[in-house]
Amino acid sequence: MIAPFGSSTAVNRTVPPLIKDAVLFDLSLKPYRSGALSNGAPVYYISDGTEDVAMIELVFDAGNFYENRNLVASATNQLLKNGTKGKTAYEINEHFEYYGAYLSRSCHSETATVTLHCLSKHLDALLPVIREIVTESVFPERELEIFKQNSIQRLLVNLKKSDFVASRLIDEYLYGAEHPYGRMSSVEAIRDLTREDLVQFYRNFYASASCRIFAAGKLPPDFENILEMHFGDLHLHENIPSAAFRVEPASKRKHRLVNDPNGVQSSIRVARPFFNKHHADFKKAFILNSVLGGYFGSRLMGNIREEKGYTYGIHSYIQNHVHDCAWVITTEVGKDVCDATLDEVYKEMKILREEPIDAEELLLVKNYMMGLNLGDLDGPFQVIGRWKNLILNGLDETYFNDSINTIKQVTAPELQEIANRYLVPDAFFELVVT
Amino acid sequence: MIHFEKFVLDNGLRVIFHEDKSTPMAAVNVLYDVGARDEDPERTGFAHLFEHLMFGGSVHIPSYDEPLQMAGGENNAYTTNDLTDYHLQLPAENIETALWLESDRMLSLAFDENSLEVQRKVVVEEFKEHYINKPYGDVWHKIRELAYKKHPYRWMTIGKEPGHIEHASLQDVRDFFFKHYTPANAILTIAGNLELEQVKKVTRKWFGDIPGGTRYLRNLPQEPPQTEPAFLEVRADVPLDALYKVWHVSSRLDRRYYVMDLITEILGNGASSRLYERLVKEEQLFSNIQCSHFGSLDAGLLYIDGKLVKGVSVQQGEAALLAELDKIKSEPVGEAELQKVKNRTESLMAFEDISLTNRANSLGMYELLGDAGLMNRELEHYQAVTAVQILEESRAIFTEDNCSTLHYLGKN
Repeated sequence: MIAPFGSSTAVNRTVPPLIKDAVLFDLSLKPYRSGALSNGAPVYYISDGTEDVAMIELVFDAGNFYENRNLVASATNQLLKNGTKGKTAYEINEHFEYYGAYLSRSCHSETATVTLHCLSKHLDALLPVIREIVTESVFPERELEIFKQNSIQRLLVNLKKSDFVASRLIDEYLYGAEHPYGRMSSVEAIRDLTREDLVQFYRNFYASASCRIFAAGKLPPDFENILEMHFGDLHLHENIPSAAFRVEPASKRKHRLVNDPNGVQSSIRVARPFFNKHHADFKKAFILNSVLGGYFGSRLMGNIREEKGYTYGIHSYIQNHVHDCAWVITTEVGKDVCDATLDEVYKEMKILREEPIDAEELLLVKNYMMGLNLGDLDGPFQVIGRWKNLILNGLDETYFNDSINTIKQVTAPELQEIANRYLVPDAFFELVVT
Repeated sequence: MIHFEKFVLDNGLRVIFHEDKSTPMAAVNVLYDVGARDEDPERTGFAHLFEHLMFGGSVHIPSYDEPLQMAGGENNAYTTNDLTDYHLQLPAENIETALWLESDRMLSLAFDENSLEVQRKVVVEEFKEHYINKPYGDVWHKIRELAYKKHPYRWMTIGKEPGHIEHASLQDVRDFFFKHYTPANAILTIAGNLELEQVKKVTRKWFGDIPGGTRYLRNLPQEPPQTEPAFLEVRADVPLDALYKVWHVSSRLDRRYYVMDLITEILGNGASSRLYERLVKEEQLFSNIQCSHFGSLDAGLLYIDGKLVKGVSVQQGEAALLAELDKIKSEPVGEAELQKVKNRTESLMAFEDISLTNRANSLGMYELLGDAGLMNRELEHYQAVTAVQILEESRAIFTEDNCSTLHYLGKN
């Protein structure tokens, strides 16, 4: 069937072109510029880029670690832009959308953010309204009621999905139902939210806040002055006491439940507690994770998708939490191959414990990870994102450089040692939701 | 303004090059002019299954992924009703690895029985994951069947049913490959930190000797104008009642496309859009509602869909929606509102163009439409849309006879 080559000068396709090993690349994190507003709030930014676009993100210590009732942090964050003293929700939305800007909010465990993406030329028109949102938001009762009604409806749909249910439950097993990492939303918790909860949370964590500002893109030359003008006089650098929570994992390791009796697939989660980025083994574990299930060429993907066809995808990852983390394997598989998949997952762990990774696979993973870093750090938005992740985790460029060096230098016996330390079935919770 | 150069190899392969010296990377995009619309109605889902098989080894290279990962690259692919696209990025120094891999699988696949068997299973699991094992998962299958009677847009890219995929044979795979996966039917876009002369040289080196093949001339049954309303009611185990309405709209190359695109922005995109403000916020009939369109190359569908607030009947929601559509059909859109949706479009385009991969993808896509240079004229087309055009096009689109309606209702 092979079509004949046209000429005698045909290229030899059996010999791969020479490559420059990506491990040889000199990879460094482009520096940010930093400053502080007169109120003390730190600012980190990179002014660069080919398009006339900008991103400004305000990161508040206002995640669900700080709430004393479930969902207050995320509801406050979501409804920040649903009415201020001077503007209705509609007027605020219309203002941002008129300038083609996107104002997104997101609430995490430790932090909650307000993020603006816009054409650089519109910054002057948009920043005053961001100021208004973080100083004069009023949380109208009616807006909260609509939010509650629609959140309940969305949750009811999600609860029909096995993957949604599995992802929530595995976190509860890992951290306990009271821990911010394991706490779940529920219809009751949404119903119980009151305007007073939100107003008080807003007062304590936004109007008087601990805030860090990140920005990137084509920024105006006097960017720091512009920020100072809009935000310099606000209470953005207050001392917010950080809350501490005890991790209380489930006592039972293996869980199975039926969410939809007519389901044709099962959602599998296999996860163990793990350390955060400050632990000495984290960087090597991160590489071992790639080998296990962290990329398309991983062992789990190769075995369970590409060899057996049990799933459309199987992945493993280490969570990006500031405090405790977990090492998680996740997949959706045909109902009938559920046990077979679990057997193969543990088998792959066993192989990593018992056999060193061969030289070619290790070089491949290293090159792949280096190439990924090189591509990920392409452009100011990605670079500031990486910095943000370091800074919010209490890390600096040393961590980045050490991570790169670990990719370059790690050996097969070192990774095998990590596998023996952590990829131990007894340490894992196992959950199957059908 | 995205700069690019275009050249055509002797075998008919169209090549677009976009230089960007600010990145250490190169992006490669190979677009094949074949999608689910080119399938036999009895063997749907094949173009997409085939996309999976493109990773199962080519004539000289047993594995596609490994050498690419070794070169520090990563890749993905997608299939739509219109086309199939393969894209990758890697350090620019290693560009030849990308071209070696892409050219070998354009030359010929390995046609491995085992790969076919495994990928059939993988795709069936993909089918289950996205279209069966989730509430409302089958809704777009039903809508396509309701709205299209002749055009192959009446089935989804994943296929009508898993059975069609399970029966694909190796002979089907071979036939499909030699019909569609040839230089004459492909567009290669290369972007990144490279020079034109170098790109010409390595492109000729790896792709120049692949037989050109025959240009596939598409002759699809076009959808006749709809002459009466279509309606379907579905009862399923879902927690909320939902309403879906679709209307036939123009093809991608028709100038009315830009008018239609802005109509969807005015109605249903963003928290200040008309449908959201009126039906979710003011009247609280829907918990969410959106308006968009398929973006297909042949005449497509504009759709509005939303979930009803518990206690609100689908008829009540639908009546309020139609009343809102009457407004856009009777009063010209105001200047500020029109400017808003144009500004949003401008901004969206600027953000899309940040990514090198997106730029390569868009150039290839516009070349498929006839000219990569169209990419740089898109904004003008949007800026030129007038309030009168919005009014006229709304009147033309939103008629009862042009509409298909699906009520997707819970069992209780």
